[in-house]
Parts: sequence; structure tokens; C-alpha cells
Amino acid sequence: MYKIVQREVLSKDVVKLVITAERISKSRKAGQFVIVKLGEKGERIPLTIADSDLEKGTITLIIQRVGLTSHKFFNIKEGDEVTDIVGPLGLPTHVKKLGTIIAAGGGVGIAPLYPIAKAFKEAGNKLIVILAARNKDLIILEDEMREFADEVLVYTDDGSAGTKGLVTSGVEHIINRENVDEVVTIGPAVMMKFVALLTKKYNIHTLASLNTIMVDGTGMCGACRVTVGGTTKFVCVDGPEFNAHEVDFDEMLLRLGAYVEQEKIAYENVLKGSDGGVE
Amino acid sequence: MSVNYKELKKDRSSEWRQELRNLLSAKERLKGVRVKMSESSPDERNKNFFEVNNGITAEEAALEARRCLDCPTPTCISGCPVNINIPGFIKEIEKGDMKNAAIVLKSTNALPAICGRVCPQETQCEIKCIYNKIGEPPVAIGNLERYTADTERLSGEMSIPEVAEPNNIKVAIVGSGPAGLTTAGELAKLGYDVTLFEALHEFGGVLVYGIPEFRLPKEIMRVEIENLEEMGVKFVNNFIVGRTASFDDLKEEGFKAFFIGSGAGLPKFMNIPGENLINIFSSNEYLTRVNLMKAFKFPEYDTPIVKGKNVAVIGGGNTAMDSVRTAKRLGADRAMIIYRRSEAEMPARDEEIHHAKEEGIEFLNLNNPIEYIGDEKGKVKQMKAQKMELGEPDDSGRRRPRPMQGSEYLMDVDVVVVGIGTAPNPLIQQVLPELEMTAWGTIVVNDGMQSVTRPDIFAGGDIVRGGATVILAMGDGKIAAESMHNYLQNL
Ligand SMILES: Cc1cc2nc3c(=O)[nH]c(=O)nc-3n(C[C@H](O)[C@H](O)[C@H](O)COP(=O)(O)OP(=O)(O)OC[C@H]3O[C@@H](n4cnc5c(N)ncnc54)[C@H](O)[C@@H]3O)c2cc1C
Ligand SMILES: Cc1cc2nc3c(=O)[nH]c(=O)nc-3n(C[C@H](O)[C@H](O)[C@H](O)COP(=O)(O)OP(=O)(O)OC[C@H]3O[C@@H](n4cnc5c(N)ncnc54)[C@H](O)[C@@H]3O)c2cc1C
Ligand code: FES
Repeated sequence: MYKIVQREVLSKDVVKLVITAERISKSRKAGQFVIVKLGEKGERIPLTIADSDLEKGTITLIIQRVGLTSHKFFNIKEGDEVTDIVGPLGLPTHVKKLGTIIAAGGGVGIAPLYPIAKAFKEAGNKLIVILAARNKDLIILEDEMREFADEVLVYTDDGSAGTKGLVTSGVEHIINRENVDEVVTIGPAVMMKFVALLTKKYNIHTLASLNTIMVDGTGMCGACRVTVGGTTKFVCVDGPEFNAHEVDFDEMLLRLGAYVEQEKIAYENVLKGSDGGVE
Repeated sequence: MSVNYKELKKDRSSEWRQELRNLLSAKERLKGVRVKMSESSPDERNKNFFEVNNGITAEEAALEARRCLDCPTPTCISGCPVNINIPGFIKEIEKGDMKNAAIVLKSTNALPAICGRVCPQETQCEIKCIYNKIGEPPVAIGNLERYTADTERLSGEMSIPEVAEPNNIKVAIVGSGPAGLTTAGELAKLGYDVTLFEALHEFGGVLVYGIPEFRLPKEIMRVEIENLEEMGVKFVNNFIVGRTASFDDLKEEGFKAFFIGSGAGLPKFMNIPGENLINIFSSNEYLTRVNLMKAFKFPEYDTPIVKGKNVAVIGGGNTAMDSVRTAKRLGADRAMIIYRRSEAEMPARDEEIHHAKEEGIEFLNLNNPIEYIGDEKGKVKQMKAQKMELGEPDDSGRRRPRPMQGSEYLMDVDVVVVGIGTAPNPLIQQVLPELEMTAWGTIVVNDGMQSVTRPDIFAGGDIVRGGATVILAMGDGKIAAESMHNYLQNL
């Protein structure tokens, strides 16, 4: 049912999959995600809908391999099928014309940032995209973003692409250069935390899209809970986007580590090849 | 529902029933001893996920069926939310006609193998049994129900209800819990073109993601779904009505009416300090990982679960009992129930409490957590709790628990499961603002389970009642199907 019609490797660890999912391609909006599962024994993981094609009835997912399930997705082939895809989940991004927007994405956050950046541009904003990662290999979608963004800046930890430095240097650079109305940031929790601290200093409204651990994605389990503005929220139904200045990133960071020991066992198994492919 | 005593009288006065009654005197029947369900030994079963109850034998069933006096006014039926013809199916067992026993049972209860396992018979039908009046244990109605359904299933010759000529009217069912499944079956019987949409990847609602294998084997659910498929019900998984497609989209595609059986899936937390620490789960998450995702077989299955040594489960209902017994099976040294009232007030089924105790579960009744303390990695390591005492009765008639001054203490825990209840998922309310809802987020319906503000929408089960029971959800489904039929025929 959910057939892989196109597979493209974007970088060493990042793959783009175009999948048939007619209903979802029609109903999805920027900022929403799906939960996917591979095989009878697979786990459910959340992935942002990066793009969709109404005519072909497909959605695009961009996946960075970080562990067991993303690794399985990386290895999937054209013509294969994904057992389960449910969505679109979460609240769509509240996109409107605000003026100048910075979209700051780090590492795997670049993929989920893509549809949101595009939507802000389509709404008539001036869009400045900042992409950051550890090194050149992890910078993805640069060309795709250039197609619509007014400006794209690239930062790497090691200077192997763009400017050497962190995403925050880029954001601060722009803020000092011109008036910025809103910042949207997606990436590792630490990165979003520092972007939020920075923009708070300048009093610029900032949205962060949170990538917590999830199980059902429909509000049924509470695995995805975070503290926002002092109250507990479920990222899958109340988010995934929140006012970055109110998010308790330290708590979120800790919660992301909930299964590190088990994840390591599972990932080592798969790397050893004991359970390599997709059942 | 009201009992149709006239029909029952007719049944009861049939020739074979009279003969059967005359076979043994009431005095002889009263001599029988209530059957005892055979169970796996507590020390073995608390290490695996196999079903605890092993069922009763044909011989035991026949003896138990004989105990039933076939009363002229069977009060047991009035205790059953769907008014199963209880003496009717029990006398078929006594006669030895298991096929008919199943037919009688299924004419009012579409999922008897499930109800026989999870219904609180002790507060429904069995409490109304005449035996209670003479101080004897009631007829084991639940065990006989389970026996009848299992015998039919294992015979491989399940009777599939007759389906009327297709009328080509499309109806949509939202959610595959007991409410949705029942409605789907009833409407299929009437000839409707029924499609059932389920958000998760498996069908069954709480029966598959919540209630563990050791109480309700998933195989039973699978067979029930196959039967409904055979009756023509179309099953669509991974489909969230309101998100994957809107109600309006489905209307455009020709669906004429909807039944919402979306349950009460939103877990409640206590909102006390430290509750978001790692290894503090809602019961829903804990049970979903284990039951739906099979995390107890990790790493064969990909979904992980944290196996605690000292596990505290907060609450006293079926959800808490299922969670604590699961924790024990995952290898906990101490698996504890922390409940703020006393055992007398516990909402869980008696059998579950009894089984839990046998399996080595500790009950810390009249205790309540007030804070959790974590280690440097953000994992819970201690629970601060306080002792409670019971005061005046509250609205529910149960005595209100109140904290005892200065009774706070610390306890080492490495996993906490919060099982204090659930509320309706707010999605339906978000996408159908025109539906009238209560302050608790449940849908307001009339006697026919029809929305009071949108006539093409019907609802039942936990989305109408808040957290209730399987049998009530099924009863709602039955009423809803009838009134949907009425509505659709008069469009
Ligand atoms: C709403 C939402 C949208 C997302 N969209 C995308 C997307 O478009 N593309 C994509 O590649 N990923 C996305 N993610 C993250 C993705 O779900 C996780 O990377 C994935 O679940 C990891 O599963 P795994 O089994 O491969 O790794 P695991 O074995 O679960 O994890 C391995 C290691 O990866 C790290 N890790 C785990 N989970 C996350 C996480 N959520 N974020 C960052 N690091 C993590 C941890 O260090 C962990 O130890 C999204 C997450 C959410 C909640
Ligand atoms: C752990 C646990 C143990 C229990 N034990 C017992 C017991 O022993 N005896 C007893 O009688 N009762 C028990 N109960 C209560 C009983 O299970 C419920 O009352 C009953 O399942 C309610 O049935 P339902 O059909 O209303 O909803 P549910 O069983 O909750 O099913 C609702 C289904 O709808 C789906 N859904 C929700 N929204 C949508 C949507 N928008 N689109 C598509 N699908 C959707 C959900 O994913 C779910 O599968 C227990 C409950 C729990 C949680
Ligand atoms: S993922 Fe289960 S509630 Fe959000």
C-alpha cells in the first residue's frame, strides 16, 4: 500500500524517500508528521512530511540514520513497501505573513524545516535560511532551499562547508544586520535551546519544533510529554511546535536519553547484521 | 435496556426446558459446588505472559450448568447490561447442545469470549443470582460464558450471523474497540456497507493495546475480526478520522452516518513535582509498549521497555492491576500498587486483585505519591509518598481519602506507572466543534446514542461514558446500530 516509488541518498547518512500515501498527501499541511512502522516487529517512529505531490499521491520523507529504525529505513529499496504509515499528525505550522523570517535548521532538523520554510516563503515573507551541521556531509537540502529562499547561509563545526561556527552565530549575524520578525528553529535539542536563549535576548518570537520520543503519536500514551510554560504538553497533539522561549529544553534533553542503553543493544545487533534488513 | 420477560417465559416453557428442569430437583441442584477455574500456578505465571485462567472442562461445565435452577424470574439477566438470556444458554449447556448455547449467547452478545474473560460478573449478573440469597456462591456465569464461546471457537465451526441483502448504504465506524466492533457487526447484519476506521495499526482498541495477553489472548480478538470481515465489514487501519480524512471528506465519499467509538484514550497524570522524570510512564504507554508493540520480546521486537526492579504503580483499577502484574512479569523484585483508598474501594475486578496478590504484588493501600526525585541522568530514583485515611463519603459514595499529617516518607523506585484513569481524546471535539460535549469531553447523546446536535453522528462506549466497561461499550453499540438503522431508513 505504501510503496517506495523513489529513493535518493542525500548524504552519507541521509536518505530521501518518496512514498505512495494518497490520503495523507492530500490532507497534510506544513509542520505535520507521520508515524511509520516497518514489519511486524518494527517500532513506531515519527517523521516529518517534508513534501507531498497531490497528483502522484505521494509524500516525501527525509531520514537521517541515527539508530535501529532509521537505519532500516536508510536501507529500504525502491519498490519496497512500508508496513504502516499514519497521519498527518500534530498541528500544522501557523504560517502567515510577518515580514522577515529566519529558518534555522541543524543536522537532521533540516529535513523537517524544509516544508515550513517553504510555506513561510509562499505566504509572502522574506526568508533567510541558516543550515548548520557538524560537517559538510550532514548539510542537506541546500540546493532545494536555495530554490525559494531569499538567502541561505551554511555553518559547519569544522568549516568543511560554509562558515566555520555554530547556528547561533548565523542567527545573531542576521539579527544584527536587519530587523527579524520571527525565528523558526529545528534541530537537536541543545541547538534549539541555544537559539532560544539567543532570540530571547533580542526579544524575537521563536518557534521550535520538538522531536521527542513517541509511540502512538495520537495523544494516547504521554511518551512525548514536555514542559512548556510550566505545564505538561503532549508534543504529538499539542505540538510539535511551541514557543521556544517557554520550552524546558533541559528536561527534553534528558527524556531523549530514556532508552539509550536499549537502543545501543538494538543498533549493535543490526550493525552486526543479525537483523539487518526489513522483515 | 429492559428485559423482555415475555420472550423469556416462552423460552422457559418450551418442552425440553421443562423436561430438563424435572430431571433434577432443586434440592439436588443446590448440592452442587461452584466450579473452580483452573489457573496456572502463581510462581510460574508471574514470569510469563500466557493466559492465567485455563478454562473449565466439559464435565465441569455440565456440573456447573446443573446448579442453575432455571428460575421463573431470572434476576441474573437484569444485572447484565446487555440482558443475555443467561438461563437460556446455561440450559443448552446442561442439555449438551453447545452449538445452540453459543447461538443463544451470541444473539445478545457479539463478543462472548471476551466478556467471559473481562466482565466484572461479581458486580453484574452473578451478584443477582438466587444463590446469594441462601448464602451460597452464585452460579459461575462468567466461566460458563467463556466455556461456551471457547468451545465454539476451538471447534473451528463458528456460526457467522446471517447478513441481510446488501442495501448499499455506506456507514462509517470510528474506532475498533468493543463499541465500534459491536456496531459494525449489527449494521452488517442489517445489510449496510460498513467501513471501520482505526487509528492504530491493529484492531481491537483497549482489548489489544491495553488488556494484556495473560488476561485476554490476542488470538481471540483476531478470530472475532475475521468473523466480522466474513460478514462484509471493511477494516481500514492507520486511519485517523478527522486527520487522515475529515468527516466532510467521508460524507462526500458517500458515507451517510457515523458511529464514533473513539474511547477514552488520553492518560491522566497527577501533576505533581518530578512526574516527567525518565521511567515514569502512563499505564497506556507502559501497556502499549508491552501489548501492542511486544516490547517484552525486545530485542526480537524493536520497541524497548525499561524493566524496573522496584516498580510503583499508582491507582486501584483494572489498568493499574494490569500494569503491576506486567511489571512483575518483566522481572521486578518489588511490584507495588500504591492506592489512596482501601481495598474495599478498589474499582478493579475482584479476580484481578486476587490474582495479583497470588502473584506476589504488594498492596500499599491508603498511600499516595506527592513527589518524585530523580538522579543526575533524570531517571526517577525515589518516590515521596504520604499515608492516607478515609473520611466522609464523597459524590461516588466512597469514603474520601485525606492525607495524614506528618506521614511523608521516601521509597526507592526505578519505574513508576501512573494508572489513575483516562479521559476522552480531544481530537473529535477539535474537528467537530458542532458536537455538544460535556465538561469532561464526552459526547452528549440521546437514548438512541445519537448526538443531540448532529443527527448523522452516533456515539457510544468510553467516548460517551468516560472510562467504563467492555460490556457497556457493546451495549451502546447495539442501541446505536438500531437507531442508526432507524435514522437511515427514514432519510
Ligand atoms: C515530530 C517529529 C518529527 C521528526 N522528523 C524527523 C525527520 O523528518 N527526519 C528524521 O530523520 N528524524 C525525524 N525525527 C526524529 C526521529 O523520529 C528519530 O531520529 C528516530 O525515532 C530515531 O529512531 P531510531 O530507532 O533510528 O534511533 P534510536 O535507536 O531510537 O536512537 C538512537 C540515538 O539517536 C538519538 N535520537 C533518538 N531519538 C532522537 C530524536 N527524536 N531526535 C534526535 N536524536 C534522537 C539518540 O542519541 C539515540 O540514542 C522526528 C521526530 C519527531 C518527534
Ligand atoms: C488496561 C485496561 C484494562 C481494562 N480492563 C477491563 C476489564 O477487565 N473489564 C472491562 O469491562 N473493562 C476494562 N477496561 C475498560 C474497557 O476496556 C473500556 O471501557 C472499553 O474498551 C471501551 O471501549 P470503546 O469501544 O469505547 O473504546 P476503546 O476500546 O478505547 O477503543 C477506541 C479505539 O478508537 C480508536 N480511535 C480513537 N480515535 C480515533 C479516530 N479519530 N479515528 C480512528 N480511530 C480512532 C483508538 O485508537 C482505539 O483503538 C479496561 C481498560 C484498560 C485501559
Ligand atoms: S506519542 Fe503517545 S501521546 Fe504523544
